[in-house]
Amino acid sequence: MTEFLQQLVNGLSLGAIYALIALGYTMVYGVLRFINFAHSEVFMVGAMIAWKLGQYLPNGTLWGGLVVLAAAMAGCAVLGVTIERLVYRPLRGTATLNVLITAIGVSLLLQSVFQHPRVFGATPQLFPAVFPSKNFTFGGLAISSNQLVVITVAALLIVVLQLVIFRTRMGRAMRAVALNPSAAQLVGVNLNAVISFTFALGSALAGAGGVLYALNYPSVEPLMGVMPGLKAFVAAVLGGIGSIPGAALGGLILGTIETLVGGSATLSTYKDAIAFAVLIFILLCRPTGLLGRAATEKV
Amino acid sequence: MLTVTNLSVSYGAINAVDGVSFAVPAGAIVTLIGGNGAGKTTTLRALSGLLRARGGSVTFDSADITRLPPHEIVACGLGHVPEGRMIFANLTVDENLAMGAYLQRDRQRIAESRDYVFGIFPRLAERLRQSAGTLSGGEQQMLAIGRALMGRPKFLMLDEPSLGLAPRLVGTIFDQIQEINRSHGLTILLVEQNARLALEVSSHAHVLETGRIVISGPSTELRTDPRLKTAYLG
Ligand SMILES: Nc1ncnc2c1ncn2[C@@H]1O[C@H](COP(=O)(O)OP(=O)(O)OP(=O)(O)O)[C@@H](O)[C@H]1O
Ligand SMILES: [Mg+2]
Repeated sequence: MTEFLQQLVNGLSLGAIYALIALGYTMVYGVLRFINFAHSEVFMVGAMIAWKLGQYLPNGTLWGGLVVLAAAMAGCAVLGVTIERLVYRPLRGTATLNVLITAIGVSLLLQSVFQHPRVFGATPQLFPAVFPSKNFTFGGLAISSNQLVVITVAALLIVVLQLVIFRTRMGRAMRAVALNPSAAQLVGVNLNAVISFTFALGSALAGAGGVLYALNYPSVEPLMGVMPGLKAFVAAVLGGIGSIPGAALGGLILGTIETLVGGSATLSTYKDAIAFAVLIFILLCRPTGLLGRAATEKV
Repeated sequence: MLTVTNLSVSYGAINAVDGVSFAVPAGAIVTLIGGNGAGKTTTLRALSGLLRARGGSVTFDSADITRLPPHEIVACGLGHVPEGRMIFANLTVDENLAMGAYLQRDRQRIAESRDYVFGIFPRLAERLRQSAGTLSGGEQQMLAIGRALMGRPKFLMLDEPSLGLAPRLVGTIFDQIQEINRSHGLTILLVEQNARLALEVSSHAHVLETGRIVISGPSTELRTDPRLKTAYLG
């Protein structure tokens, strides 16, 4: 039982990271109807920024950790907005497939740039302990301060995101664009501003995800975004692509399943296979994902 | 109030609108009529900035709005009730109206606009909490018009407001359109396939065929024009 609870805690902290990344996929899909495959590299860049900055700040302090986290989020927001502005915007209005392939191109470009020895190189590097690290035990449960940081930060960010989307003018504009971009423009919504804002928000969350992921691992390397990015994409689809609560739920479910299966001695080699099998099963039962809505076609 | 000069719009190689010129004087109701694919919707979408003009110019209140993005055109006071209504289906009636006032900052004025819209379409007031996608076709059309009015336009473009409505409802909607024009001096550009109806409410009309204006004149004259009789008034 304790063993199960232990895995559940581990799973939730992994799932919270998937959730943070999945939110970016789902928000961009909501406003632009395309999958930003470069999102996983934004996540990687977030971890890289934190890695670099962590070398200059005193480690093991809460304020230091928060500064690193904020810097990574800000850096990623700028990166996301820049990618959209320079690459996706000129292609807007062309076939979705073109944009998807371009997104994969951006993704490979960022990986290669960071693999260059002058930038980072291919060898994984140790990620500094930017937050204080302690281990707590509750009953038989071992919980690390890093896990607490992950769960708290992720939960706070998701709450803030909800407030932004449901309580601010920009959030209303985002929802309107997701429902019908032409109609949103006809009531005065600035489409480009909404799209930039969406990329900033989604990328900042991915940056936070990158820092939290690296904190737990703890190492960074240019290809570190690939698997978590793929899992988060799966989580977004699982929850219903375009649905924000869906992305959060999908991330938590996927992280938990993966950890529970990984914790069992007999099944651990199959953890990814089982996680994806669950996805396929859920999508067979609910093709629009757990919280997704059937697309209401514009008439 | 609105002057369109030599407007051309194309989709790739297809010229959907090809050198169209007309003017809408302040306070008037002007109509564009024409059959399927004539280029009416394309013209309106170019006027509100949703489509980029390939050539020509649009001036509104003596300002050149040809290259402005849609949100700036809306801010100039141009409202557009699009073809197919395009209401926000998953939002409630109330939220749709609130979205219509997206650029309005003054709460007092927004409240006035709501009262005004409910005065015209009392049905909307009864259905505030209903999800807009579940409204009937006629109610959705009322909502689409109401949403545009919430933006306090000086000039309103309506794209086939009669489409898919029962004849009695069409009558109601058109009465309200005339009423909005009379009581608030709102200038209206009306696109219709139902030429008889459009000529009844408008002062001037332009007939569009394959992207060009082929007949123009006062609506009273066009009502009896033999050229319209065969093709549009059947
Ligand atoms: N997105 C598009 N891509 C390519 N061609 C288009 C597009 N939209 C419209 N067209 C073409 O442009 C022409 C004009 O279309 P438009 O929608 O303006 O006609 P309309 O006068 O509004 O017709 P209706 O009364 O049927 O609504 C048509 O030939 C149509 O096929
Ligand atoms: Mg049309």
